[in-house]
Amino acid sequence: MEQHSLILSDITRRFGETTAVSRVSLEIPPGQFVGVIGRSGAGKSTLLRLINRLIDPSSGRITHGGREITALRGRALREWRRDCAMIFQQFNLVERLDVLSNVLVGRLAERGFLSSMAMRFSDAERTEALRALERLDLLPQALQKAGTLSGGQQQRVAIARALVQKPRIMLADEPIASLDPGNATRVMEALRSINAEDGLTVLVNLHTIDTARTYCQRIIAMREGRVFFDGTPRQLTNDVLRDIYGSDGLAEFSESVTSTSVRVKVPA
Amino acid sequence: MTYSLTDFDRDYREHRRRSRMVFWSAALLLAVLTWVTSALSGFFKVTQYTLPDGSREEGWVIPAGLPRLGEYLSKTIPELRWESLLADIANWFGRGAIWAELLLETVLIGFLATLFGVIGGLLLSFVASRNLSPAPWMLWVSRRSLEIMRTVPELVWALIFVFCFGVGPMAGVLAISIHAAGALGKLYSEANENIDMRPVEGVKAAGGSWADQMRWGVFPQVLPNVISYTLLRFEINVRSSSIIGYVGAGGLGQELRTAISLQEYTNLSALFLIIFATVIVIDWASERIRHRIIGIVTA
Repeated sequence: MEQHSLILSDITRRFGETTAVSRVSLEIPPGQFVGVIGRSGAGKSTLLRLINRLIDPSSGRITHGGREITALRGRALREWRRDCAMIFQQFNLVERLDVLSNVLVGRLAERGFLSSMAMRFSDAERTEALRALERLDLLPQALQKAGTLSGGQQQRVAIARALVQKPRIMLADEPIASLDPGNATRVMEALRSINAEDGLTVLVNLHTIDTARTYCQRIIAMREGRVFFDGTPRQLTNDVLRDIYGSDGLAEFSESVTSTSVRVKVPA
Repeated sequence: MTYSLTDFDRDYREHRRRSRMVFWSAALLLAVLTWVTSALSGFFKVTQYTLPDGSREEGWVIPAGLPRLGEYLSKTIPELRWESLLADIANWFGRGAIWAELLLETVLIGFLATLFGVIGGLLLSFVASRNLSPAPWMLWVSRRSLEIMRTVPELVWALIFVFCFGVGPMAGVLAISIHAAGALGKLYSEANENIDMRPVEGVKAAGGSWADQMRWGVFPQVLPNVISYTLLRFEINVRSSSIIGYVGAGGLGQELRTAISLQEYTNLSALFLIIFATVIVIDWASERIRHRIIGIVTA
């Protein structure tokens, strides 16, 4: 499979008066693990949705290889969404359907109208879905209703659904924000293995800075819709963090406050 | 400036005063509306009526007319005697064989009309939901279509289809289907508007088309509602199909018409009993089916 960089040029998105994303230009090479941080409302979520085209930009272009993403329509757009899988903070599973069916949703972009309406899939596709579930330790739950699983299990179902899309890019919109530390670690480890073993580009929105430092090769920080910092975890100093989160009035800014790490930090 | 308890007390009094005003204004408005509409519908009419001794008297229409209701109902009660009870009942249900056949036809019309109504209503309901419709003009067109379908009464649809396709149950099925599709489409679309949109977004983000989003993201969520509304509609449709024969569209209605116009009062009571018993059976069965199915789909 040929590898391309994802290129955002001068992307802006306005919602009425507010500008959620303002003139963002980025180049993300294939296979990179990128974390996006910033306060709530800084435009992180909008940025990811713009890439997957759940939201259309007000201006600017997104390209991937020869494809101009921002111009895609109809079938080509659905194929792009398949190539650029997305997982959500609230998992966005169909809770009334079983886990296997939820994973098979990832195959819908390649299904015809009638077989999709009849919810019919080939044996090969079912095998593939089960393999993805096995990889995420969810095989025993395959026939349970998705709504009966715990949050961490649901998020792993969502990752399995994303995997059967055979994507090139994985977008994750605060995937661990509703999870406890143990499940958060499992989900982040799953993303790491997808990045390392399958060579997928991973773009993940995070609220916890120590998670971003642990997993990401590159960190992008947004503030008021703009890219405010773009560099390695090492370059992300406390001074930079204070600027990103605008901790005016807080005597001390501590990233351990947001930490979801299982290891307890003992004060020296 | 801090917000003290005294401030709260003042604001709370104001809040209470406003709630009381809203309540009494609404109550007054309702009372006036009730009075005006009942006056317009003739509830306060004064009429002339004849007393048993033959003299004429003026009085309020309701006490004047009530005895006539008893008179009509008493005519529909058949003469049943102990010594010849079976023969009398057989006589009462003298047309039983014809009625049994027409009753079957009535239920079948109700069934087929429900099936067509569900298909039509379900397909239109997705387009007619504000949160799902692919385009504003499609929302407008589908909503207006549903309104027309359910605003025109079944009897009027039946008259039109009897004119087109001739006397018989097919006209009845079409008439009730259209009305049912209009009514169900509206109910289904309201269920659609109350769903959780996150699964729909999940299907969309995976590359699913609009139809995929409806089938996978919306339909599983509204299925219990769809079943519930559909079974209720089946009962309503059976009741409608027992009337629709009045204009020649099949079912028991033609017998009702004959009984009323030929003043065969005891036939009327027999037909009423038959329809009443059928509705009770359907109501009881659909309740059980609904609980079974919803138990299965929600488990």
